[in-house]
Amino acid sequence: MNAFRAFILKEFRHILRDKRTLLVLFGMPIAQIILFGYAITTEIQNANIAVLDRSRDVRSLELTRTILASGYFTLNADVRSYDQIEEAFRKGRIKMALVIPPDFAAKLQRGEADLQVLTDATDPNMASTLVSYVNAIAARSGAQGKPPGIRIEPQMHYNHNQASVNMFVPGVITIVMLLVSAMLTSIAITREKELGNMEILLVSPLKPLVIILGKVIPYLLLSMVNVSTVITVGHLLFGVPMEGSWLVLAVACLLFVVCALSLGVVISTIARTQQVALMLSLMALMMPTILLSNFIFPISSMPFPLQLISNIIPAKYFIVIIKGVMLKGVGFEVLWKEAAVLAGMTLLFIGISVRKFRIRL
Amino acid sequence: MIRFDQVVKRYGNTTAVDRATFTVERGELFGLIGPDGAGKSSMMRMLVTLLLPDDGTITLDGHDVVADYRFVRRNVGYMPGTFSLYTDLTVEENLQFFANVFGTTIQENYHLIAEIYEQLAPFKDRRAGALSGGMKQKLALCCALIHRPLALILDEPTTGVDAVSRAEFWSMLRRLTTTGITIVVSTPYLEEAALCDRVGLINDGRLMQIDTIGGIVASYDHALWRIDADNTRTALQVLREHPAARAAYLYRSSVMMSTDQELDPEHLTHELLRSGVTGARVSRAQPDIEDRFMDLMLEHA
Repeated sequence: MNAFRAFILKEFRHILRDKRTLLVLFGMPIAQIILFGYAITTEIQNANIAVLDRSRDVRSLELTRTILASGYFTLNADVRSYDQIEEAFRKGRIKMALVIPPDFAAKLQRGEADLQVLTDATDPNMASTLVSYVNAIAARSGAQGKPPGIRIEPQMHYNHNQASVNMFVPGVITIVMLLVSAMLTSIAITREKELGNMEILLVSPLKPLVIILGKVIPYLLLSMVNVSTVITVGHLLFGVPMEGSWLVLAVACLLFVVCALSLGVVISTIARTQQVALMLSLMALMMPTILLSNFIFPISSMPFPLQLISNIIPAKYFIVIIKGVMLKGVGFEVLWKEAAVLAGMTLLFIGISVRKFRIRL
Repeated sequence: MIRFDQVVKRYGNTTAVDRATFTVERGELFGLIGPDGAGKSSMMRMLVTLLLPDDGTITLDGHDVVADYRFVRRNVGYMPGTFSLYTDLTVEENLQFFANVFGTTIQENYHLIAEIYEQLAPFKDRRAGALSGGMKQKLALCCALIHRPLALILDEPTTGVDAVSRAEFWSMLRRLTTTGITIVVSTPYLEEAALCDRVGLINDGRLMQIDTIGGIVASYDHALWRIDADNTRTALQVLREHPAARAAYLYRSSVMMSTDQELDPEHLTHELLRSGVTGARVSRAQPDIEDRFMDLMLEHA
């Protein structure tokens, strides 16, 4: 058996004998996807609202009924003035109030009808979602003058029922891959330094590249197993669509895993202890990735400096790719730019880690 | 085989190794002896290419350890000061791994480690982390030997190991030198100097003397006195102030005093009694390595 194979075998033994690593490796991805899939959701159903109808004509009643019939809203307060709306907001009885001004029907005839939507913006995400629901409903019934009782169907492309799981599964896959690949490899390499094993590995004919690859390849394989699990769970349990090619998805995942692994190696060349490696992975990778990758918070609504910073987050590009493949069914003919950026970053990280790998203490 | 020439290692403003110069012959068992922080580990780490000397040169079998570090890494067996094998791998898996890393097999060089490994064989499926201190050191020695190195570099292999295992370990090293392997071993225990062919006594980064234990003890050229008294502590205080004393120190519950000229023991007993030290017995003592070490520290202070 040659040195390289012996190294990989040894690495697998480390991983398989460490219960905590195993738990992080295989338990966390499943836990995360189930948590994100079930518990954290941006869909809104039966939001409590109030309607202050100051017009009380055919058109205003029609609009009210249309909105309430959408299923997104429940009328929860009988209000007759702005003061009562204010009170309902304070008591937390409603999340949104709709104010229909006087002479609604007449104004609608002239094409200048307006509608006031008040929301409780202490929960901004929910507020903006509610506003967009009302907008969609009002736009249809107002512009086209449809009779009351019509079914409202806001058309959301690619994520027809706006299932948040379709947004989160790609995000979770990204986070999990980054976590497993970058964090666990950086910790695994720094563990050798911290426990003094690196001291004897350095005083041996092993080349730096062999040490790095020997550390990385087991995690590469395990990460790919992980990705398959998460995608399968997302696909079967939550019905995340798979519109594109599995092969394209696999190649994209492989590319991102290699990118994350090389980031992990870069971290391990900086960190001297496992603690530092862990903190660096969490602070320097996890936080920016969650915040700046379009996973939870839309980049387009961020201040310009943050938008600039988001360009150096590898996960941002991977999320574009994975959503493109899974939800839109496109391939590299569309996504080549993102793939090229990821490949470029990977080469950069590998370059840095080979240069920075210390052949002495 | 191994040659240090005016080797200097600094960490910031402190000089860890100060112009160390010595040679170790092929098949020799060479000891580096000195207290913690004396510079032993720094010397060994420079020798095994882990640290770069700030000045001077080190060669192993004629190869410069800086320029030709690959040769050194292929041809030394190194045991660091802390246990550095994989605690979650079994005894056999550790040995197998290091054999493979050096491109060899356990079978190929088994004769080198046979004697040591036979003691470990009953535990070959036990994880290295679960071994006793002595067993861990034996395993580490096997792993350092498995590729048939030209030289073994052992950093404090007997520190923290029980007395029986220490004695065993030294006799293993002794037998290994008969196969032509050169061994450099560091230890904080002065009494282990007797087990080496030659030793270098180090303190504060400086090699104070390099010789056989006999040569080192013989180079002690002062009169040495052992003083036992009812109260050793007061006796020590009084003797430190004595005009004839070069040095006075405690050694195994006696006070040792070195002087440059001969003393009349009875006269000294009287002097002590006058200073309030009762029951004093003064006798001439044979210096050993500890006394020489104290002496050297005094000279280099």
